[in-house]
Amino acid sequence: MTATSTNTDVVRGTSARRRRFPRHVIVFLGPALIVYTVFMVYPLLDSLRLSFFSDEGTFVGLSNFAELLPGGSLSSSFWNALGNNLVFFGFHLLIQNPVGLFLAVLLTQQLLKRGRGTYRTLIFAPTVLSVVIVGFIWQLILSPLWGVVSTPLLGLTSTALPTLSMMSVWQFVGIPMMFFYAVLVGIPDDLIEAARVDGANGWQIFWRIIFPLLLPMLGIISIITYIANLNAFDLIYSVQGALAGPEFSTDIMGTLFYRSFFGFQLQSGSTATGATVATAMFLVILAGVLIYLFAWVRRVETYEL
Amino acid sequence: MTVQTAATGTGRGRRRVAKSSIYVLLTLYTMLALGPIALIVMNSFKTRKAIFDSPFSIPNAESFSLKGYETVWERANFPRYFFNSITVTVVTVALVLLLGAAAAYALAEYRFMGNTFLTLFLAVGVMIPIRLGTVSILKLMVSLSLVNTLFALILVYVAMGIPLAVFILAQFFRQVPGELKDAARIDGASEYRVFSLALPLVKPGLAAVAVFTMLPVWNDLWFPLILAPGESTKTVTLGVQLFLGQFVSDWQAVLAALTLAAIPILILYVIFSKQMLSGITQGGVK
Repeated sequence: MTATSTNTDVVRGTSARRRRFPRHVIVFLGPALIVYTVFMVYPLLDSLRLSFFSDEGTFVGLSNFAELLPGGSLSSSFWNALGNNLVFFGFHLLIQNPVGLFLAVLLTQQLLKRGRGTYRTLIFAPTVLSVVIVGFIWQLILSPLWGVVSTPLLGLTSTALPTLSMMSVWQFVGIPMMFFYAVLVGIPDDLIEAARVDGANGWQIFWRIIFPLLLPMLGIISIITYIANLNAFDLIYSVQGALAGPEFSTDIMGTLFYRSFFGFQLQSGSTATGATVATAMFLVILAGVLIYLFAWVRRVETYEL
Repeated sequence: MTVQTAATGTGRGRRRVAKSSIYVLLTLYTMLALGPIALIVMNSFKTRKAIFDSPFSIPNAESFSLKGYETVWERANFPRYFFNSITVTVVTVALVLLLGAAAAYALAEYRFMGNTFLTLFLAVGVMIPIRLGTVSILKLMVSLSLVNTLFALILVYVAMGIPLAVFILAQFFRQVPGELKDAARIDGASEYRVFSLALPLVKPGLAAVAVFTMLPVWNDLWFPLILAPGESTKTVTLGVQLFLGQFVSDWQAVLAALTLAAIPILILYVIFSKQMLSGITQGGVK
Protein backbone atom coordinates (compact mmCIF):
# COMPACT_ATOMS: atom_id res chain seq x y z
CA MET A 1 0.00 0.00 0.00
CA THR A 2 2.77 2.39 0.92
CA ALA A 3 4.60 1.55 -2.26
CA THR A 4 1.66 2.32 -4.51
CA SER A 5 0.89 5.55 -2.70
CA THR A 6 4.45 6.71 -3.17
CA ASN A 7 4.23 5.91 -6.84
CA THR A 8 1.00 7.84 -7.07
CA ASP A 9 2.59 10.89 -5.56
CA VAL A 10 5.52 10.67 -7.93
CA VAL A 11 3.32 10.34 -10.94
CA ARG A 12 0.78 12.95 -9.91
CA GLY A 13 3.41 15.42 -8.85
CA THR A 14 3.39 17.56 -5.79
CA SER A 15 -0.12 18.96 -6.19
CA ALA A 16 -1.70 15.79 -4.80
CA ARG A 17 0.58 15.83 -1.82
CA ARG A 18 -0.05 19.44 -0.95
CA ARG A 19 -3.78 19.04 -0.63
CA ARG A 20 -4.72 16.98 2.40
CA PHE A 21 -7.90 15.64 0.85
CA PRO A 22 -7.60 15.45 -2.92
CA ARG A 23 -11.00 15.86 -4.49
CA HIS A 24 -11.20 12.31 -5.82
CA VAL A 25 -10.69 10.92 -2.30
CA ILE A 26 -13.71 12.92 -1.15
CA VAL A 27 -15.77 11.69 -4.11
CA PHE A 28 -14.80 8.08 -3.39
CA LEU A 29 -15.32 8.17 0.37
CA GLY A 30 -18.03 10.79 0.81
CA PRO A 31 -21.22 8.93 -0.16
CA ALA A 32 -20.39 5.82 1.89
CA LEU A 33 -19.38 7.86 4.92
CA ILE A 34 -22.48 10.04 4.78
CA VAL A 35 -24.96 7.15 4.60
CA TYR A 36 -23.06 5.20 7.25
CA THR A 37 -22.78 8.17 9.61
CA VAL A 38 -26.35 9.42 9.25
CA PHE A 39 -28.19 6.09 9.33
CA MET A 40 -25.96 3.97 11.53
CA VAL A 41 -23.45 5.90 13.65
CA TYR A 42 -25.75 8.78 14.53
CA PRO A 43 -28.69 6.53 15.56
CA LEU A 44 -26.39 4.37 17.68
CA LEU A 45 -24.92 7.38 19.50
CA ASP A 46 -28.33 9.02 19.80
CA SER A 47 -29.76 5.83 21.37
CA LEU A 48 -26.92 5.91 23.84
CA ARG A 49 -27.76 9.53 24.66
CA LEU A 50 -31.49 8.80 25.01
CA SER A 51 -30.76 6.18 27.66
CA PHE A 52 -29.77 9.04 30.00
CA PHE A 53 -33.03 10.92 29.46
CA SER A 54 -36.63 10.37 30.47
CA ASP A 55 -39.40 10.07 27.87
CA GLU A 56 -40.18 13.75 28.47
CA GLY A 57 -36.61 14.69 27.58
CA THR A 58 -35.21 15.59 31.00
CA PHE A 59 -31.75 14.38 31.91
CA VAL A 60 -32.02 11.62 34.50
CA GLY A 61 -28.44 10.39 34.73
CA LEU A 62 -28.16 6.68 35.33
CA SER A 63 -31.62 6.20 36.82
CA ASN A 64 -32.91 4.39 33.69
CA PHE A 65 -30.18 1.83 34.23
CA ALA A 66 -31.08 1.50 37.91
CA GLU A 67 -34.38 -0.03 36.73
CA LEU A 68 -32.40 -2.96 35.31
CA LEU A 69 -30.63 -3.69 38.59
CA PRO A 70 -32.12 -5.74 41.45
CA GLY A 71 -35.08 -3.88 42.89
CA GLY A 72 -35.75 -1.99 39.65
CA SER A 73 -39.01 -2.33 37.71
CA LEU A 74 -37.35 -4.05 34.73
CA SER A 75 -34.89 -6.09 36.73
CA SER A 76 -36.59 -9.49 36.61
CA SER A 77 -37.42 -9.30 32.89
CA PHE A 78 -33.95 -8.03 32.04
CA TRP A 79 -32.02 -10.74 33.88
CA ASN A 80 -34.44 -13.41 32.69
CA ALA A 81 -33.91 -12.29 29.07
CA LEU A 82 -30.15 -12.09 29.49
CA GLY A 83 -29.98 -15.54 31.09
CA ASN A 84 -32.16 -17.05 28.35
CA ASN A 85 -30.05 -15.35 25.72
CA LEU A 86 -26.87 -16.84 27.15
CA VAL A 87 -28.50 -20.30 27.18
CA PHE A 88 -29.49 -19.70 23.54
CA PHE A 89 -25.84 -18.83 22.77
CA GLY A 90 -24.60 -21.83 24.78
CA PHE A 91 -26.52 -24.20 22.50
CA HIS A 92 -24.89 -22.63 19.45
CA LEU A 93 -21.43 -22.67 20.98
CA LEU A 94 -21.61 -26.26 22.21
CA ILE A 95 -23.67 -27.88 19.45
CA GLN A 96 -23.61 -25.74 16.31
CA ASN A 97 -19.83 -25.27 16.23
CA PRO A 98 -18.77 -28.89 16.98
CA VAL A 99 -21.34 -30.28 14.52
CA GLY A 100 -20.21 -27.75 11.91
CA LEU A 101 -16.60 -28.80 12.47
CA PHE A 102 -17.50 -32.48 12.27
CA LEU A 103 -19.30 -31.96 8.95
CA ALA A 104 -16.38 -29.92 7.59
CA VAL A 105 -13.96 -32.70 8.56
CA LEU A 106 -16.17 -35.27 6.81
CA LEU A 107 -16.35 -33.08 3.71
CA THR A 108 -12.57 -32.75 3.45
CA GLN A 109 -11.78 -36.47 3.71
CA GLN A 110 -9.80 -37.76 0.75
CA LEU A 111 -11.90 -40.91 0.78
CA LEU A 112 -14.88 -38.76 -0.22
CA LYS A 113 -14.39 -39.00 -3.95
CA ARG A 114 -17.69 -37.84 -5.37
CA GLY A 115 -20.49 -35.59 -4.18
CA ARG A 116 -18.43 -33.22 -2.04
CA GLY A 117 -19.90 -30.12 -3.67
CA THR A 118 -23.42 -31.53 -3.59
CA TYR A 119 -23.33 -32.42 0.10
CA ARG A 120 -21.91 -29.00 0.93
CA THR A 121 -24.62 -27.22 -1.06
CA LEU A 122 -27.47 -29.27 0.39
CA ILE A 123 -26.36 -29.06 4.02
CA PHE A 124 -25.94 -25.29 3.73
CA ALA A 125 -29.42 -24.81 2.18
CA PRO A 126 -31.43 -24.06 5.38
CA THR A 127 -29.09 -21.16 6.14
CA VAL A 128 -30.33 -19.14 3.18
CA LEU A 129 -33.96 -19.32 4.29
CA SER A 130 -35.54 -16.59 6.35
CA VAL A 131 -35.56 -17.26 10.09
CA VAL A 132 -39.32 -16.62 9.98
CA ILE A 133 -39.83 -19.48 7.52
CA VAL A 134 -37.60 -21.83 9.49
CA GLY A 135 -39.46 -20.98 12.68
CA PHE A 136 -42.85 -21.76 11.14
CA ILE A 137 -41.60 -24.94 9.43
CA TRP A 138 -40.51 -26.34 12.78
CA GLN A 139 -43.57 -25.00 14.57
CA LEU A 140 -45.76 -27.03 12.24
CA ILE A 141 -43.60 -30.14 12.45
CA LEU A 142 -43.46 -29.99 16.25
CA SER A 143 -47.15 -29.20 16.64
CA PRO A 144 -48.92 -31.97 18.57
CA LEU A 145 -51.89 -31.36 16.25
CA TRP A 146 -49.93 -32.86 13.40
CA GLY A 147 -48.81 -35.73 15.55
CA VAL A 148 -45.27 -36.10 14.21
CA VAL A 149 -44.13 -35.26 17.74
CA SER A 150 -46.56 -35.87 20.57
CA THR A 151 -45.04 -33.66 23.30
CA PRO A 152 -45.78 -29.93 22.92
CA LEU A 153 -42.07 -29.05 23.00
CA LEU A 154 -42.72 -25.38 22.27
CA GLY A 155 -45.48 -25.09 24.85
CA LEU A 156 -43.63 -26.19 27.97
CA THR A 157 -41.49 -23.77 29.94
CA SER A 158 -38.83 -26.45 30.40
CA THR A 159 -38.43 -27.40 26.73
CA ALA A 160 -39.38 -24.27 24.74
CA LEU A 161 -36.01 -22.50 24.91
CA PRO A 162 -33.86 -25.57 24.13
CA THR A 163 -36.21 -26.41 21.24
CA LEU A 164 -35.97 -22.91 19.76
CA SER A 165 -32.19 -22.97 20.22
CA MET A 166 -31.97 -26.26 18.33
CA MET A 167 -34.10 -24.86 15.47
CA SER A 168 -31.59 -22.04 15.15
CA VAL A 169 -28.66 -24.46 15.36
CA TRP A 170 -30.30 -26.59 12.64
CA GLN A 171 -30.58 -23.55 10.40
CA PHE A 172 -27.13 -22.04 10.88
CA VAL A 173 -24.84 -25.08 11.22
CA GLY A 174 -23.79 -24.48 7.60
CA ILE A 175 -21.92 -21.30 8.53
CA PRO A 176 -19.31 -22.85 10.88
CA MET A 177 -19.18 -25.79 8.46
CA MET A 178 -18.17 -23.50 5.58
CA PHE A 179 -15.68 -21.47 7.60
CA PHE A 180 -13.98 -24.57 9.01
CA TYR A 181 -14.04 -26.13 5.55
CA ALA A 182 -12.15 -23.14 4.16
CA VAL A 183 -9.42 -23.53 6.77
CA LEU A 184 -9.20 -27.32 6.38
CA VAL A 185 -8.74 -27.24 2.59
CA GLY A 186 -5.95 -24.70 3.11
CA ILE A 187 -3.85 -27.04 5.26
CA PRO A 188 -0.97 -28.29 3.09
CA ASP A 189 -0.94 -32.05 2.48
CA ASP A 190 2.81 -32.39 3.18
CA LEU A 191 2.25 -31.22 6.74
CA ILE A 192 -0.10 -34.14 7.33
CA GLU A 193 2.15 -36.46 5.31
CA ALA A 194 5.17 -35.56 7.43
CA ALA A 195 3.27 -36.35 10.63
CA ARG A 196 2.17 -39.66 9.19
CA VAL A 197 5.71 -40.57 8.24
CA ASP A 198 6.68 -39.83 11.84
CA GLY A 199 4.13 -42.45 12.89
CA ALA A 200 1.19 -40.31 14.05
CA ASN A 201 -2.27 -41.88 13.69
CA GLY A 202 -5.35 -40.10 12.38
CA TRP A 203 -6.59 -39.14 15.83
CA GLN A 204 -3.21 -37.65 16.84
CA ILE A 205 -2.93 -35.81 13.54
CA PHE A 206 -6.32 -34.21 14.10
CA TRP A 207 -5.78 -33.09 17.69
CA ARG A 208 -2.09 -32.20 17.51
CA ILE A 209 -1.84 -30.64 14.05
CA ILE A 210 -5.20 -29.79 12.54
CA PHE A 211 -7.07 -28.62 15.64
CA PRO A 212 -4.49 -25.96 16.67
CA LEU A 213 -4.72 -24.58 13.13
CA LEU A 214 -8.50 -24.31 13.51
CA LEU A 215 -8.46 -22.43 16.81
CA PRO A 216 -8.27 -18.88 15.39
CA MET A 217 -11.28 -19.66 13.17
CA LEU A 218 -13.12 -21.20 16.11
CA GLY A 219 -12.70 -17.89 17.94
CA ILE A 220 -13.95 -15.85 14.98
CA ILE A 221 -17.00 -18.10 14.54
CA SER A 222 -17.78 -17.96 18.26
CA ILE A 223 -17.71 -14.18 18.45
CA ILE A 224 -19.78 -13.82 15.26
CA THR A 225 -22.29 -16.27 16.74
CA TYR A 226 -22.34 -14.39 20.05
CA ILE A 227 -23.11 -11.07 18.38
CA ALA A 228 -25.76 -12.63 16.14
CA ASN A 229 -27.39 -14.48 19.06
CA LEU A 230 -27.59 -11.42 21.30
CA ASN A 231 -29.16 -9.60 18.42
CA ALA A 232 -31.67 -12.39 17.63
CA PHE A 233 -35.36 -11.60 17.53
CA ASP A 234 -37.08 -12.94 14.40
CA LEU A 235 -37.23 -16.58 15.47
CA ILE A 236 -38.72 -16.02 18.93
CA TYR A 237 -41.11 -13.33 17.66
CA SER A 238 -42.39 -15.56 14.84
CA VAL A 239 -42.80 -18.73 16.85
CA GLN A 240 -43.72 -17.48 20.32
CA GLY A 241 -44.87 -13.90 19.67
CA ALA A 242 -43.64 -10.70 21.30
CA LEU A 243 -44.45 -12.07 24.76
CA ALA A 244 -41.92 -14.87 24.23
CA GLY A 245 -44.03 -17.51 25.95
CA PRO A 246 -44.72 -19.69 27.72
CA GLU A 247 -44.35 -17.40 30.71
CA PHE A 248 -41.41 -15.50 29.20
CA SER A 249 -39.33 -18.68 29.21
CA THR A 250 -38.05 -17.87 25.71
CA ASP A 251 -37.68 -14.12 26.20
CA ILE A 252 -34.30 -12.89 24.92
CA MET A 253 -32.74 -9.43 24.62
CA GLY A 254 -34.25 -8.79 21.18
CA THR A 255 -37.83 -9.52 22.22
CA LEU A 256 -37.40 -7.56 25.46
CA PHE A 257 -36.03 -4.61 23.47
CA TYR A 258 -39.00 -4.77 21.10
CA ARG A 259 -41.57 -4.83 23.93
CA SER A 260 -39.88 -2.12 25.97
CA PHE A 261 -39.71 0.22 22.98
CA PHE A 262 -43.05 -0.49 21.28
CA GLY A 263 -45.02 -1.77 24.19
CA PHE A 264 -47.18 -4.83 24.00
CA GLN A 265 -50.63 -5.43 25.41
CA LEU A 266 -50.54 -4.20 29.02
CA GLN A 267 -46.98 -2.92 28.88
CA SER A 268 -46.69 0.56 27.36
CA GLY A 269 -43.76 1.40 25.14
CA SER A 270 -41.13 3.93 26.09
CA THR A 271 -38.31 5.55 24.14
CA ALA A 272 -36.18 5.84 27.27
CA THR A 273 -36.62 2.19 28.28
CA GLY A 274 -36.03 1.05 24.69
CA ALA A 275 -32.82 3.07 24.47
CA THR A 276 -31.73 1.79 27.89
CA VAL A 277 -32.26 -1.86 26.94
CA ALA A 278 -30.41 -1.23 23.64
CA THR A 279 -27.49 0.32 25.52
CA ALA A 280 -27.43 -2.62 27.92
CA MET A 281 -27.37 -4.98 24.92
CA PHE A 282 -24.47 -2.98 23.53
CA LEU A 283 -22.55 -3.35 26.80
CA VAL A 284 -23.20 -7.10 26.92
CA ILE A 285 -21.98 -7.47 23.33
CA LEU A 286 -18.96 -5.27 24.08
CA ALA A 287 -18.09 -7.44 27.09
CA GLY A 288 -18.11 -10.50 24.83
CA VAL A 289 -15.95 -8.81 22.21
CA LEU A 290 -13.45 -7.70 24.87
CA ILE A 291 -13.26 -11.21 26.32
CA TYR A 292 -12.66 -12.50 22.80
CA LEU A 293 -9.94 -9.94 22.07
CA PHE A 294 -8.08 -10.15 25.36
CA ALA A 295 -8.69 -13.65 26.67
CA TRP A 296 -8.77 -15.51 23.36
CA VAL A 297 -6.90 -13.72 20.56
CA ARG A 298 -3.90 -13.04 22.78
CA ARG A 299 -3.55 -16.65 23.85
CA VAL A 300 -4.30 -18.48 20.65
CA GLU A 301 -1.37 -18.72 18.32
CA THR A 302 -1.94 -18.12 14.64
CA TYR A 303 0.32 -20.06 12.31
CA GLU A 304 1.30 -18.83 8.88
CA LEU A 305 0.96 -21.70 6.43
CA MET B 1 -5.81 -35.32 5.56
CA THR B 2 -7.06 -38.87 5.59
CA VAL B 3 -5.72 -41.91 7.25
CA GLN B 4 -4.14 -43.65 4.31
CA THR B 5 -3.57 -47.19 5.38
CA ALA B 6 -1.22 -49.40 3.45
CA ALA B 7 -2.93 -51.46 0.79
CA THR B 8 -2.87 -54.65 2.79
CA GLY B 9 -5.91 -56.88 2.95
CA THR B 10 -7.23 -55.59 6.28
CA GLY B 11 -6.20 -52.04 5.33
CA ARG B 12 -8.35 -52.12 2.24
CA GLY B 13 -11.25 -53.48 4.28
CA ARG B 14 -10.91 -50.75 6.85
CA ARG B 15 -10.69 -48.16 4.11
CA ARG B 16 -13.95 -49.37 2.66
CA VAL B 17 -15.66 -49.17 6.04
CA ALA B 18 -14.27 -45.66 6.60
CA LYS B 19 -15.36 -44.57 3.16
CA SER B 20 -18.91 -45.86 3.46
CA SER B 21 -19.32 -44.42 6.95
CA ILE B 22 -18.40 -40.97 5.60
CA TYR B 23 -21.08 -41.29 2.94
CA VAL B 24 -23.65 -42.61 5.41
CA LEU B 25 -23.04 -39.80 7.90
CA LEU B 26 -23.17 -37.07 5.27
CA THR B 27 -26.30 -38.53 3.73
CA LEU B 28 -28.01 -38.75 7.11
CA TYR B 29 -27.17 -35.14 7.91
CA THR B 30 -28.34 -34.00 4.48
CA MET B 31 -31.68 -35.70 5.16
CA LEU B 32 -31.91 -33.90 8.50
CA ALA B 33 -31.19 -30.58 6.75
CA LEU B 34 -33.65 -31.06 3.89
CA GLY B 35 -36.29 -33.35 5.38
CA PRO B 36 -38.27 -30.64 7.20
CA ILE B 37 -38.33 -28.43 4.09
CA ALA B 38 -39.39 -31.37 1.90
CA LEU B 39 -42.13 -32.27 4.38
CA ILE B 40 -43.60 -28.76 4.18
CA VAL B 41 -43.42 -28.53 0.39
CA MET B 42 -44.90 -31.99 -0.06
CA ASN B 43 -47.84 -31.43 2.26
CA SER B 44 -48.68 -28.04 0.75
CA PHE B 45 -50.05 -29.94 -2.25
CA LYS B 46 -52.36 -32.19 -0.24
CA THR B 47 -55.90 -32.07 1.08
CA ARG B 48 -56.45 -31.15 4.69
CA LYS B 49 -57.41 -34.71 5.52
CA ALA B 50 -54.29 -36.15 3.85
CA ILE B 51 -52.03 -33.66 5.63
CA PHE B 52 -53.13 -35.00 8.99
CA ASP B 53 -53.76 -38.65 8.13
CA SER B 54 -50.52 -39.37 6.30
CA PRO B 55 -48.03 -36.51 6.63
CA PHE B 56 -45.15 -38.55 5.23
CA SER B 57 -46.72 -39.75 2.00
CA ILE B 58 -46.22 -38.06 -1.35
CA PRO B 59 -49.39 -36.42 -2.76
CA ASN B 60 -51.24 -38.73 -5.14
CA ALA B 61 -54.25 -38.27 -7.40
CA GLU B 62 -56.59 -38.67 -4.45
CA SER B 63 -54.83 -36.47 -1.91
CA PHE B 64 -53.68 -33.73 -4.31
CA SER B 65 -55.11 -30.27 -3.63
CA LEU B 66 -54.16 -26.69 -4.41
CA LYS B 67 -56.67 -25.17 -2.02
CA GLY B 68 -53.93 -23.71 0.18
CA TYR B 69 -52.46 -21.84 -2.78
CA GLU B 70 -55.92 -20.53 -3.71
CA THR B 71 -56.37 -19.13 -0.20
CA VAL B 72 -52.95 -17.48 -0.31
CA TRP B 73 -53.67 -16.02 -3.74
CA GLU B 74 -57.02 -14.57 -2.58
CA ARG B 75 -56.01 -13.34 0.85
CA ALA B 76 -52.42 -12.15 0.56
CA ASN B 77 -50.75 -9.95 -2.00
CA PHE B 78 -47.72 -12.12 -2.63
CA PRO B 79 -46.73 -10.61 -6.00
CA ARG B 80 -46.60 -7.22 -4.26
CA TYR B 81 -44.48 -8.59 -1.38
CA PHE B 82 -42.05 -10.18 -3.81
CA PHE B 83 -41.83 -6.98 -5.82
CA ASN B 84 -41.02 -5.02 -2.64
CA SER B 85 -38.42 -7.51 -1.43
CA ILE B 86 -36.73 -7.66 -4.84
CA THR B 87 -36.67 -3.85 -5.12
CA VAL B 88 -35.20 -3.37 -1.66
CA THR B 89 -32.63 -6.16 -2.05
CA VAL B 90 -31.45 -5.26 -5.57
CA VAL B 91 -31.15 -1.52 -4.87
CA THR B 92 -29.40 -2.16 -1.55
CA VAL B 93 -26.87 -4.60 -3.00
CA ALA B 94 -26.13 -2.26 -5.94
CA LEU B 95 -25.58 0.73 -3.64
CA VAL B 96 -23.49 -1.22 -1.12
CA LEU B 97 -21.26 -2.51 -3.93
CA LEU B 98 -20.87 0.93 -5.51
CA LEU B 99 -20.38 3.02 -2.37
CA GLY B 100 -18.47 0.29 -0.55
CA ALA B 101 -16.07 -0.35 -3.44
CA ALA B 102 -15.38 3.37 -3.92
CA ALA B 103 -14.70 3.89 -0.20
CA ALA B 104 -12.60 0.73 0.07
CA TYR B 105 -10.57 1.78 -2.97
CA ALA B 106 -9.87 5.21 -1.47
CA LEU B 107 -8.77 3.70 1.86
CA ALA B 108 -6.58 1.05 0.22
CA GLU B 109 -5.07 3.23 -2.50
CA TYR B 110 -4.39 6.71 -1.15
CA ARG B 111 -2.40 8.03 1.73
CA PHE B 112 -4.19 11.00 3.27
CA MET B 113 -4.78 12.48 6.66
CA GLY B 114 -7.29 10.48 8.68
CA ASN B 115 -7.01 7.28 6.62
CA THR B 116 -6.40 5.10 9.69
CA PHE B 117 -9.11 6.86 11.65
CA LEU B 118 -11.69 6.37 8.89
CA THR B 119 -10.71 2.71 8.51
CA LEU B 120 -11.31 2.15 12.22
CA PHE B 121 -14.47 4.28 12.18
CA LEU B 122 -15.93 1.97 9.52
CA ALA B 123 -14.59 -1.19 11.18
CA VAL B 124 -16.61 -0.44 14.32
CA GLY B 125 -19.76 -0.90 12.25
CA VAL B 126 -18.80 -4.50 11.46
CA MET B 127 -19.04 -5.39 15.15
CA ILE B 128 -22.05 -3.37 16.36
CA PRO B 129 -25.51 -4.49 15.24
CA ILE B 130 -27.46 -1.60 13.70
CA ARG B 131 -30.63 -2.84 15.43
CA LEU B 132 -29.37 -1.29 18.66
CA GLY B 133 -29.97 2.12 17.09
CA THR B 134 -33.59 1.33 16.18
CA VAL B 135 -35.13 3.85 18.60
CA SER B 136 -33.31 6.72 16.92
CA ILE B 137 -33.62 5.30 13.41
CA LEU B 138 -37.39 5.33 13.78
CA LYS B 139 -37.32 8.93 15.10
CA LEU B 140 -35.11 9.92 12.19
CA MET B 141 -37.37 8.26 9.62
CA VAL B 142 -40.43 9.89 11.17
CA SER B 143 -38.81 13.31 10.91
CA LEU B 144 -37.81 12.65 7.29
CA SER B 145 -41.38 11.37 6.58
CA LEU B 146 -39.92 8.14 5.26
CA VAL B 147 -41.91 5.75 7.44
CA ASN B 148 -43.74 3.15 5.34
CA THR B 149 -41.53 3.70 2.31
CA LEU B 150 -39.13 1.20 0.78
CA PHE B 151 -36.57 4.01 0.71
CA ALA B 152 -36.34 3.95 4.52
CA LEU B 153 -35.44 0.26 4.42
CA ILE B 154 -32.89 0.80 1.65
CA LEU B 155 -31.13 3.60 3.55
CA VAL B 156 -30.85 1.52 6.71
CA TYR B 157 -29.68 -1.58 4.86
CA VAL B 158 -27.07 0.35 2.88
CA ALA B 159 -25.70 1.86 6.10
CA MET B 160 -25.72 -1.64 7.61
CA GLY B 161 -23.92 -3.22 4.63
CA ILE B 162 -21.19 -0.63 4.04
CA PRO B 163 -18.80 -1.45 6.93
CA LEU B 164 -18.35 -5.12 6.02
CA ALA B 165 -18.20 -4.26 2.32
CA VAL B 166 -15.39 -1.75 2.90
CA PHE B 167 -13.58 -4.16 5.20
CA ILE B 168 -13.62 -7.03 2.68
CA LEU B 169 -13.08 -4.97 -0.49
CA ALA B 170 -10.16 -2.95 0.93
CA GLN B 171 -8.28 -6.21 1.42
CA PHE B 172 -8.97 -7.22 -2.18
CA PHE B 173 -7.95 -3.79 -3.54
CA ARG B 174 -4.63 -3.97 -1.69
CA GLN B 175 -3.74 -7.02 -3.76
CA VAL B 176 -4.31 -5.30 -7.12
CA PRO B 177 -0.81 -4.81 -8.57
CA GLY B 178 0.42 -1.22 -8.46
CA GLU B 179 2.09 -1.45 -11.90
CA LEU B 180 -1.27 -1.70 -13.59
CA LYS B 181 -2.62 1.44 -11.96
CA ASP B 182 0.58 3.38 -12.53
CA ALA B 183 0.67 2.38 -16.20
CA ALA B 184 -2.84 3.78 -16.57
CA ARG B 185 -1.85 6.97 -14.78
CA ILE B 186 1.16 7.46 -17.06
CA ASP B 187 -1.21 7.12 -19.99
CA GLY B 188 -3.09 10.05 -18.51
CA ALA B 189 -6.06 8.22 -16.98
CA SER B 190 -7.96 10.09 -14.25
CA GLU B 191 -8.22 8.56 -10.76
CA TYR B 192 -11.85 7.63 -11.53
CA ARG B 193 -10.71 5.79 -14.66
CA VAL B 194 -8.02 3.97 -12.65
CA PHE B 195 -10.71 2.91 -10.16
CA SER B 196 -12.88 1.56 -12.96
CA LEU B 197 -9.87 -0.43 -14.22
CA ALA B 198 -9.19 -1.89 -10.77
CA LEU B 199 -12.85 -2.81 -10.14
CA PRO B 200 -13.05 -5.89 -12.42
CA LEU B 201 -9.95 -7.28 -10.71
CA VAL B 202 -11.76 -7.60 -7.37
CA LYS B 203 -14.77 -9.53 -8.72
CA PRO B 204 -14.46 -12.36 -6.15
CA GLY B 205 -14.59 -9.73 -3.41
CA LEU B 206 -17.65 -8.12 -4.96
CA ALA B 207 -19.35 -11.52 -5.14
CA ALA B 208 -18.62 -12.18 -1.47
CA VAL B 209 -19.99 -8.76 -0.48
CA ALA B 210 -23.12 -9.26 -2.59
CA VAL B 211 -23.85 -12.52 -0.77
CA PHE B 212 -23.17 -11.12 2.69
CA THR B 213 -25.42 -8.14 1.93
CA MET B 214 -28.25 -9.85 0.12
CA LEU B 215 -29.30 -12.60 2.52
CA PRO B 216 -29.75 -10.56 5.73
CA VAL B 217 -31.68 -7.91 3.77
CA TRP B 218 -34.04 -10.36 2.08
CA ASN B 219 -34.63 -12.31 5.28
CA ASP B 220 -34.92 -9.41 7.73
CA LEU B 221 -38.09 -9.13 9.77
CA TRP B 222 -37.07 -6.41 12.26
CA PHE B 223 -36.85 -3.30 10.09
CA PRO B 224 -39.84 -4.06 7.82
CA LEU B 225 -41.88 -4.63 11.00
CA ILE B 226 -40.78 -1.31 12.49
CA LEU B 227 -40.18 1.01 9.52
CA ALA B 228 -42.47 -0.27 6.78
CA PRO B 229 -45.35 -2.40 8.10
CA GLY B 230 -47.93 -0.88 5.69
CA GLU B 231 -49.71 -3.18 3.22
CA SER B 232 -48.07 -1.54 0.19
CA THR B 233 -44.52 -1.77 1.55
CA LYS B 234 -44.57 -5.23 3.13
CA THR B 235 -41.65 -7.44 2.20
CA VAL B 236 -42.00 -11.19 1.71
CA THR B 237 -40.61 -11.96 5.13
CA LEU B 238 -43.02 -9.63 6.92
CA GLY B 239 -45.93 -10.53 4.63
CA VAL B 240 -45.48 -14.23 5.32
CA GLN B 241 -45.06 -13.63 9.03
CA LEU B 242 -48.34 -11.68 9.26
CA PHE B 243 -50.21 -14.04 6.94
CA LEU B 244 -49.12 -17.07 8.95
CA GLY B 245 -50.14 -15.36 12.17
CA GLN B 246 -53.67 -14.80 10.83
CA PHE B 247 -54.18 -18.17 9.18
CA VAL B 248 -52.59 -20.30 11.88
CA SER B 249 -55.43 -22.83 11.86
CA ASP B 250 -55.67 -23.11 8.07
CA TRP B 251 -52.88 -25.63 7.59
CA GLN B 252 -53.22 -25.83 3.83
CA ALA B 253 -52.81 -22.06 3.49
CA VAL B 254 -49.90 -21.96 5.95
CA LEU B 255 -48.04 -24.76 4.17
CA ALA B 256 -48.65 -23.10 0.80
CA ALA B 257 -47.42 -19.72 2.03
CA LEU B 258 -44.27 -21.27 3.49
CA THR B 259 -43.58 -23.10 0.24
CA LEU B 260 -44.13 -19.95 -1.81
CA ALA B 261 -41.71 -18.01 0.36
CA ALA B 262 -39.04 -20.71 0.52
CA ILE B 263 -38.94 -22.09 -3.02
CA PRO B 264 -37.76 -18.98 -4.95
CA ILE B 265 -34.86 -18.49 -2.54
CA LEU B 266 -33.92 -22.17 -2.70
CA ILE B 267 -34.01 -22.12 -6.53
CA LEU B 268 -31.80 -19.00 -6.62
CA TYR B 269 -29.52 -20.67 -4.11
CA VAL B 270 -29.14 -23.83 -6.18
CA ILE B 271 -28.32 -21.75 -9.27
CA PHE B 272 -25.77 -19.52 -7.53
CA SER B 273 -24.58 -21.86 -4.77
CA LYS B 274 -21.12 -22.26 -6.26
CA GLN B 275 -20.46 -18.51 -6.32
CA MET B 276 -22.13 -18.06 -2.94
CA LEU B 277 -20.20 -20.70 -1.07
CA SER B 278 -16.87 -19.69 -2.58
CA GLY B 279 -17.78 -16.09 -1.74
CA ILE B 280 -18.35 -17.07 1.87
CA THR B 281 -15.07 -18.95 2.19
CA GLN B 282 -13.08 -16.24 0.41
CA GLY B 283 -14.67 -13.39 2.27
CA GLY B 284 -14.29 -15.23 5.53
CA VAL B 285 -10.68 -16.24 5.19
CA LYS B 286 -9.30 -13.06 3.68
